[in-house]
Amino acid sequence: MAVTMAQAINKALGDAMQEDDRILIFGEDVGKLGGVFRITDKLQETFGEARVYDTPLAESGIVGTAIGLAMYGYRPVPEIQFDGFSYPAFEQIVSHMAKMRNRSRGRIKLPITLRIPYGGGIGAVEHHSESPEAYWAHTAGLKVMTPGNVADAYSMMREAIAMDDPVIFLEPKRRYWMKADVELPVKTEPTHKAVVAREGTDATVIAYGPMVKTALEAAEAGNEEGLSIEVVDMRSLSPIDTDTIVGSVKRTGRAIVVHEAAQTLGIGSEVAARIQELAFYHLEAPVLRATGFDTPYPPAMIEEYWLPSVDRILDLVEKTMDY
Amino acid sequence: MADRHVPAGVTTRDPADTEGCPDPRDLLPPDEPVHLVDSDGTFHDDPDHPVDLDDEQLKLLYRHMAVTRRVDREAINLQRQGQLGVYASCMGQEAAQVGGAFALADNDWVFPSYREMGAAVVKGVDTGLLLHLFRGTWLSDHDVYEHRYALLSIPIGTQALHATGFAMGAKFENNPIVVMSYFGDGATSEGDPHEAMNFAGVFKAPVIFFVQNNQYAISVPLSAQTAAPTLAHKAVGYGMPGLRCDGNDVLATYAVAKQAVERARRGDGPAMIEALTYRMEAHTTSDDPTRYRTKEELEAAAATDPIARYRNFLTKRGLWDDDFEEQVNDEAGLEAQRMRDEIYEAPHGDPTEVFDHVYVDSTGYYERQRPFMQAELQAGKGA
Repeated sequence: MAVTMAQAINKALGDAMQEDDRILIFGEDVGKLGGVFRITDKLQETFGEARVYDTPLAESGIVGTAIGLAMYGYRPVPEIQFDGFSYPAFEQIVSHMAKMRNRSRGRIKLPITLRIPYGGGIGAVEHHSESPEAYWAHTAGLKVMTPGNVADAYSMMREAIAMDDPVIFLEPKRRYWMKADVELPVKTEPTHKAVVAREGTDATVIAYGPMVKTALEAAEAGNEEGLSIEVVDMRSLSPIDTDTIVGSVKRTGRAIVVHEAAQTLGIGSEVAARIQELAFYHLEAPVLRATGFDTPYPPAMIEEYWLPSVDRILDLVEKTMDY
Repeated sequence: MADRHVPAGVTTRDPADTEGCPDPRDLLPPDEPVHLVDSDGTFHDDPDHPVDLDDEQLKLLYRHMAVTRRVDREAINLQRQGQLGVYASCMGQEAAQVGGAFALADNDWVFPSYREMGAAVVKGVDTGLLLHLFRGTWLSDHDVYEHRYALLSIPIGTQALHATGFAMGAKFENNPIVVMSYFGDGATSEGDPHEAMNFAGVFKAPVIFFVQNNQYAISVPLSAQTAAPTLAHKAVGYGMPGLRCDGNDVLATYAVAKQAVERARRGDGPAMIEALTYRMEAHTTSDDPTRYRTKEELEAAAATDPIARYRNFLTKRGLWDDDFEEQVNDEAGLEAQRMRDEIYEAPHGDPTEVFDHVYVDSTGYYERQRPFMQAELQAGKGA
């Protein structure tokens, strides 16, 4: 049956709540409205206002109270409405959510799954298309993950909620309406594993979240030009599954990392560093990065020129082939 | 024509309709802070703020304050001896901290900042364990769940949100506990205490925001911190009562806190308490307060010392005698010794412990970094 990524996440939340009454969902407009993207659609109706509730419009408050609720014994699954509004909660996320277990010498656990729709490509207004993943991945104590397909969206969300560690769950908002024939519930690979989403022999394209689909399209287009491109879906940005990435690059000898986020000190920088450290003698060409530019996210009319595209990915693949 | 500035279709609250909305006049702080004991120990009975304590409890309040001052001084000494990197003294604020925490039941929680040694003493936390943060052996070492005393929180006011979330959790399952969040006058300028009080008001969470107004945020005086008539007035904006007390008067602080705590326990929601006190010591042992306050000001503040005042009260009550004094001195000395034993030359821990508590499940992390550090240690580097 064809389901969208949005429906898959919605079902994952509902199924998890059915199984564990310590799970709470809260945030801005998640109740009656069902969230601005309808990800929490009908959950308040099903589970009541005590377990699915609207908060005041205050992101630090959403995360800070989630920490208190988790200390009390709940498993909070709060929502930040858009990527750009996670920044007011930065201190609570970085100074407390990420560090509380370490600060307490392991006595406190914070099983929080913080959902954040992220990334561009939907023609949104300023501050609604950010890719803040590197901030979170740079912060020890957080797990950071992002699904690239419908089945993963369900399975990774279930696993994130079941984890006793705090998780930043980044939902690629431009893929909310992506459809796939998936029977739910579904269980895919464990979240800390990257997967080979498409096999190939000439070059490895490493992507995550919204760029997995773009990378697969690039591989398909490359195929028509006689290029055999392998696509690795990272899935987890913290931890990074180095073995799967390096294993693929050792087979192909070429690597291109793709993300929407700006290039400098992005996830691609770390992936490139690990590849050169662990697969130096296997490389036929330098590791390249197909990313957003080192500018603020552009206005909606310009975003198609800014975001990595099939062409940008293929150009870089060809560059590594010609090296 | 009264509504001419209101667009069509916009509803405004009828001032006469107060259902679900408290009358703001009921939330306003009193004109004068609640004060029950004068410097000479004279007690003023106030039927609005009864002190429901028996003689033993009255004496226990003194014990807690005296122990607090003694361990606080010991911590300063430990810092001077090079045993602690830094320490934030609560000298002068003992009545505020002890009076507030004494209003809590055993199952109630405290979410402190980093200056609440008095609240820790009341909660029975091993004070030596709290000093590991300042020594740098680890970031904390007490069990927060055993004494219901959360981790010391250094980023200003951030703990107020944890307290509110915790209290919301208690309310969600009808657990009749109360949470007390301590912070200072400077913290009232931060965003998190604002968000915390707003959430607490909306959810009617059983949490008390206990503000110790000790007049300074490091060097910046209260006058540069706020234009509000008093800090307690801010409570009105969150729909909770703003209470005010003489924070150097332990009985006034206790009585006000007790009322707020019981009100919250009944399900009537949060309250904010502004306890007026004075930080007698430097902000921390790294600070030089002579750069921003005068000797005369300090001397004037010393004359309002909460412990001397309460001793005068106990004397007038006939509860003070040499045996009690000796007993308290012994207990304070013992606690200071325990603190000293815990922290004095406490060894560096195992450096590889830095990898142990970051994640419950650390699959995928540190496969190379932990062995790297271990190899460095074995090679004698960094050990």
